[in-house]
Amino acid sequence: MSTLRVQFADFNIADELALVRANPCVGAVTSFVGLVRDMNEGSGVYSLTLEHYPAMTERALADIVREAESRWRILHTTVIHRVGELKPTDQIVLVLAASAHRGDAFAACEFIMDYLKTQAPFWKKEQTPSGSRWVEARDSDKAAAERW
Amino acid sequence: MLNILYFARLREAFGLEKELLPMPPTATVEGLLTQLRSRGGVWADALGAERRWRVAVNQEMAEIHTPLKSGDEIALFPPVTGG
Repeated sequence: MSTLRVQFADFNIADELALVRANPCVGAVTSFVGLVRDMNEGSGVYSLTLEHYPAMTERALADIVREAESRWRILHTTVIHRVGELKPTDQIVLVLAASAHRGDAFAACEFIMDYLKTQAPFWKKEQTPSGSRWVEARDSDKAAAERW
Repeated sequence: MLNILYFARLREAFGLEKELLPMPPTATVEGLLTQLRSRGGVWADALGAERRWRVAVNQEMAEIHTPLKSGDEIALFPPVTGG
């Protein structure tokens, strides 16, 4: 089972956790929440605009989750990614992975985030004191995805 | 015809979100890129072999040798930066 959503609205991790906990087979849930920082590459960040490729995004997320489910024993996966304009401290992304035991949940959660960073069609643009700029892809993100 | 979409930095550089183009003489992503680069200026610059871009064909990540057929949706964009 998986829940995949791309939305402008914020999300509430407690609500998402409650849905996963309803399954009595679940013994472990791991989560990752990505947040907007007020600083990046040595410059202040006023806000962040997230763009995506709607026709492809859901398919890309589903492919990533399917790959995770083939590698680990996962009972439920939740991926929620926000788009639009976000401010420092805002939530950007949530990944929840639920399994019977913690090992599978930890690994799947990290794998999904690493793959999302390099495979899912989202792009960030930052508004800074010296104007707006597109965020550059990081080699460290590519390396993180390649280690799986 | 091919349905071409541009995202993020590429969309801004080209001042274009999408366009319809006839099939290039070589029906691959590389054939299409060769045609787009021949426009010169920002096209040659942003799609130059040494620059960093990605391509999806029909909403799946693809590469330069991916074959194209009429009606395909080809998206060109920078490396992704979500999460």
